[in-house]
Amino acid sequence: MTHVSGRARRVGDDINTDYIVSSARKRETIDAQILKRYLLESVDPGFAESVRPGDLLVAGRNFGCGSAMEVAATTIVAAGIPAVLAKSFARSFYRNAINNGLLPIECDTTGIDDGDAITVSLEDTGIVVANARTGKREARPPLSGIAGDILAAGGLVPYLRREGRFRATPHAPR
Amino acid sequence: MPPRTIAEQILSAKSGSAARAGDVVVCDVDLVLGTDASAPMAIAYFAQMGGTRVHDPSRVVFALDHYTPSSESDKTAGFHAQVREFARAQGVRVHEVGEGISHTIAVERGYVRPGQLVIGADSHTVTCGALNAFAVGVGSSDLAAAMLTGQLWLRVPQTIRVVLDGARQADVAAKDIALAMVAALGTDGADYHALEIGGPATNQFTLDDRLVLSNLAVEAGAKAALWEADEVLREGLRARGIEEIAPVVADRGARYVRELVLDLSSLTPRVALPHSPGNVVPIDIAPDTPIHMVFLGTCTGGRVADYHEAVAVLERGGGRIADGVQLVVTPASREIERRLAADGTLDKLARMGAVVTTPGCGACCGTSGVIPGDGMNVMSTANRNFKARMGNATASIYLASPAACAAAALTGRITDPRSVRGS
Repeated sequence: MTHVSGRARRVGDDINTDYIVSSARKRETIDAQILKRYLLESVDPGFAESVRPGDLLVAGRNFGCGSAMEVAATTIVAAGIPAVLAKSFARSFYRNAINNGLLPIECDTTGIDDGDAITVSLEDTGIVVANARTGKREARPPLSGIAGDILAAGGLVPYLRREGRFRATPHAPR
Repeated sequence: MPPRTIAEQILSAKSGSAARAGDVVVCDVDLVLGTDASAPMAIAYFAQMGGTRVHDPSRVVFALDHYTPSSESDKTAGFHAQVREFARAQGVRVHEVGEGISHTIAVERGYVRPGQLVIGADSHTVTCGALNAFAVGVGSSDLAAAMLTGQLWLRVPQTIRVVLDGARQADVAAKDIALAMVAALGTDGADYHALEIGGPATNQFTLDDRLVLSNLAVEAGAKAALWEADEVLREGLRARGIEEIAPVVADRGARYVRELVLDLSSLTPRVALPHSPGNVVPIDIAPDTPIHMVFLGTCTGGRVADYHEAVAVLERGGGRIADGVQLVVTPASREIERRLAADGTLDKLARMGAVVTTPGCGACCGTSGVIPGDGMNVMSTANRNFKARMGNATASIYLASPAACAAAALTGRITDPRSVRGS
């Protein structure tokens, strides 16, 4: 079993990939180590400055909608954020997250405030999201199947280096 | 075998299995599309994956469409060079700067056919679903994996059936219907789902109209937006030199998770207010708002019929653009630009004062073309009006039909195109 613990950084519903990092910034570079300076600038100009490695991004519905641009996922990873918790994800962002080893967790984020200490426990039987402030715990099904395999490998690059091709296993999400 | 949706049938055929909604399948990909905005990152992933040769170069197409031309930033010329070099080494076809938007070209050149699985590292690849194909947008890593292996894993989506019913009113554009569809579904209403679009009113939609509805479907989160094949599609494909097609028809009794009926008889022109494509109201009750820039272009509203529609309204209203309004015209492809040049449309627009820019994505996502100034309001035929989408976070973007954009150009305000009458 592994844990991911961190400080919640709260954002709202329908955070599109242009809000995560704008297409105009991407003209200059696709280097996520540079793009992370502009992370979520359209939503909160002070966000990039205040984010700390280990923080968890906590969102409402439909996180990562809009463009399928993958810098949205790699920029979050570059900022040191290991997981994104949201009520739901746009499918293109969800895939990009898994492919880059960023953990996307679908859960009820309603009661999570900015700054809450959140622990995500990854067990074979499921995922548990716990909020230290409210004491609330939510159990979610495990990330199984091919998406779980890719995430467990650390992303699509290590997965394909090892497997050479996609191997379908049942019950993958989305 | 139990009855299946169009999506289930295509993904069954491509995976060689009896695929049902919820199953995970590994599919052979028929067409892989990349752009100058997504391919450079895919090329890097490809190398990291240990890739040396593209599995089947004949199935891969790149289009340099986002940075057109590259002068906006010296870095973008570097992206173009990277894509050209990889393509040359691998034998992959590149559509150069100015040839047009990847999925617009894919339809024009007859790369897409019914029953195919098309993936593109551009979210609006869903547009190709109008051709009875399963077309889905992905990121750069999936693009790299598909180039390397010829395959992609997909979860077979559940399908929402969109039923077009009733007689379409005059002066209601496909864009109006598409915006109404997004609003009815909600911006996350089709997340993880495929749309299957059909119904008794299907024959009232030209192929161009269908492309608009499939294009906007991703603004409701749809994974794919498949139209049934019919005579309209056959005609459209014949015009592209494609005679033989194998249409995919949904089985009677196929399971749909939801049915959304769009009653066209009561549907009127729409506008999406800032900053969401789901923030849709009938245009006749939109707040009175000044417009400073009008953008006619993109993979949603940059086709020949769109400009004809816009010019008809402009001419009906006297052909004079309001003071203080900048009209920007960016055809979605060079083929469209040439047809507009040949029939005099571009000349008419230029005489009215339009700025005509290089075909491609243009100003839509702030990557090339005209960037709106501080506090400006833009009326656009595009598909996204997120804050900062066009490169300026203080600008506000309104999405509407080409006719409504033309009406705004005439008056300098949000205007119901039905109110523009000849003198």
